[in-house]
Amino acid sequence: MLRVACFHVDSRDVAEEVVQDAWLSVLRSIDGFEGRSSLKTWLLVIVTNAARKRAARERRSVPFSSLITPGHSEPELDAERFFGTDHPRWADCWSTIVRSWDEVPEEHLLGQEAVTSVQAAASSLPAPQRTVFMLRDVDGLSAVEVCNTLGLRDSNQRVLLHRARVRVRHALERYFVQEGRRV
Amino acid sequence: MLSCRELVRLVTDYLEGSLAAEERLRFERHIAICPPCRSYLAQMRATLAVAGELTEESISPEARKHLLAAFRDWRADR
Repeated sequence: MLRVACFHVDSRDVAEEVVQDAWLSVLRSIDGFEGRSSLKTWLLVIVTNAARKRAARERRSVPFSSLITPGHSEPELDAERFFGTDHPRWADCWSTIVRSWDEVPEEHLLGQEAVTSVQAAASSLPAPQRTVFMLRDVDGLSAVEVCNTLGLRDSNQRVLLHRARVRVRHALERYFVQEGRRV
Repeated sequence: MLSCRELVRLVTDYLEGSLAAEERLRFERHIAICPPCRSYLAQMRATLAVAGELTEESISPEARKHLLAAFRDWRADR
C-alpha cells in the first residue's frame, strides 16, 4: 500500500498519511466488503483512491504516470555486450560470455547477499520502474492489478518492468561475477 | 532469425506471455539453438526468484503506532 501511495504523491511522509487514511476507511467500510473482489484488490482500490484524492488536494497537476512516455527510450544497458549490427558475421550476437548461473549453489543464489544486491539495485531504479518492479516481482501483483492501481497502460507497465528487470539482473550478475573471482 | 540483441529486448514480453504466437515461436527457436541466450533467460528467471525473497517495505514505527491505535478504537466501538 505504501508503494502504491508513493507512486501517486510526492513525499514519503504524505504517502504514509495516505496509507493511514486508507486503513481508516478500510476499518469504516469493512462491513460493506462483500467479497466480490479479493481483499487485496479491494485494499488497492482504497489506497489508490485515497492517494489520488490527496494528490489532487496537493494540486499536483502533473500525475506521475503521465511522465512515462512509451516512446521515451533510455540507453540499452547491455548494449556493449553485443557485436555491432553491421558486423559481417556476428551481427547482434553476444560478444561476451554469458555465464550460466547453474553452478551457483542454491543457498548462495537465494542467499541473503544476493537478496541484498537485488534490494540495492531496486532502490536505485527510477521511481516508476521501482514501483512496478516491487509491486509485480516482490509483492506478486498481477499485471492487471498494477495497471489499474497505477493507472498505466499495459504496454507502459511492461516497458517499465522490462527496464527494471534488466537492471536488476545486471546487478545480480555483477555480484555473482565478483563472488566467482573471490572463490 | 531473431538476433541475440532482439531476444534480450523481448525477454520480458516472452515471460509475460505477451508475444504473438509467431514471435514466441521465433523466440523459442532461437533459445533452442543459442546457449548464451538460454543462460540469459535462465538468469532472468533466477533474478525473479531472488526478487521474490525480498521482504516488503514496512512503514515507519510512528505511523504503525497510529494505525494500531486506530484499529484498537475501531474494535472498542464494536
